[in-house]
Amino acid sequence: MSIRHHLDEATLLSYAAGSMSQGMALVTACHLAMCSACRKRAQHSEAIGGALMETLTPSPISDSALDAVLAAIEAQDEPIQVETVRSKPVRPVDSDVPAPLTDYIGESFDEIEWKRIVPGVYYFDLPCQSGGVSRLLRIAPGKAMLPHTHEGNELTLVLKGSFTDEIGRFAAGDIADLDDQIEHQPLVDSSEDCICLVATDAPLKFTTILGRLMQPMTGF
Amino acid sequence: MEDKENRTPGDDVEKVVAISRDPSASREWTARLAHFAETREKASYIQLFRHFAPKVKAYIIRLGLTEATAEELMQETMLAVWNKAHLYNSSKAAASTWIFTLARNQSIDWMRRQKYPEYELEDWHVGEDEGDAGEQSVLSDRMAEAMKTLPENQAQVIYMSFFEGRSHQEIADRIGIPLGSVKSRIRLAADKLKSVWRVDV
Repeated sequence: MSIRHHLDEATLLSYAAGSMSQGMALVTACHLAMCSACRKRAQHSEAIGGALMETLTPSPISDSALDAVLAAIEAQDEPIQVETVRSKPVRPVDSDVPAPLTDYIGESFDEIEWKRIVPGVYYFDLPCQSGGVSRLLRIAPGKAMLPHTHEGNELTLVLKGSFTDEIGRFAAGDIADLDDQIEHQPLVDSSEDCICLVATDAPLKFTTILGRLMQPMTGF
Repeated sequence: MEDKENRTPGDDVEKVVAISRDPSASREWTARLAHFAETREKASYIQLFRHFAPKVKAYIIRLGLTEATAEELMQETMLAVWNKAHLYNSSKAAASTWIFTLARNQSIDWMRRQKYPEYELEDWHVGEDEGDAGEQSVLSDRMAEAMKTLPENQAQVIYMSFFEGRSHQEIADRIGIPLGSVKSRIRLAADKLKSVWRVDV
């Protein structure tokens, strides 16, 4: 997989800090599962967290904390099976669904109960807590998403197919990491449906009258 | 999150960076965690617990959780250290980095009642290694030094992200600057901190 569009440094830091919405963290984790270059960058972002934790003045802990944890370890049913866990396959190799997303939809896009917005444009909302939009979009070849801007950040990860917008061409694994400076209208240019995972930390703002009329109905 | 609003953003910056660090300590803790992962010796675990448990609790309190919750989540985190040690890879992360991610995940899972999306679920061992065991600790230490040289407005957005769990938009609202400015400050800070990985060890 050759990935051309990567995560913004500020997004990686927010993921590492645990300071983004659940939906945005899910899109970020899915891109990281697909992109070894960004994975390495994420580990360095997390190292900032580790170094910061080391600088904190230690908090007093309960006198019985160590005994309590050792007792909890003793009480666990089975000793940890190091070798079996280590060799466990993470996910089937032929799945298009990145591992972090399987917690929400399983191993396949086929079982999803898509809802139609307009002909050729479907969505499925993911049950992510903590605000913002978190959804899968499925858009047919030649169809476009409505033009929109954002109040805040928006992440769009391509899982299947491809689209082109004002910024460039996005294929499987590519992520569009945008903020409120951008207005764009993704147009699907693949021969198969394009499936994207989208998250925002605030509602989208549509820029056409049609979009604004559609907004209350679609929940975008 | 209850007492978040009563704090001035980044108000503990001075206190946080003023603490001096023993430059060899991080490497030793990484070696100890790697040793525990191999041998599962209880004595090594107890040493790790004594060092990291109070740090983990301090971090969770900084996120705005109560003392009692922080104690509980600290114990859960340290239990995860025991249970997941076989997944630790010292060539990819210093001990402090790995334990930080466990504490972060425990805290968010508790706050949201939903699992924080992780990118390498069970496969810390899969993929190319980043270098010799211990190298990441050396680099983490250098980064901690680099942290002290950040301009205050960059350090502030880093602390508000990691210690207060604030999103870019929340930081923008809080300090009254545009979202784009928050992101550029974070980019500048991250670039400076990560520069340690771009030079030879």
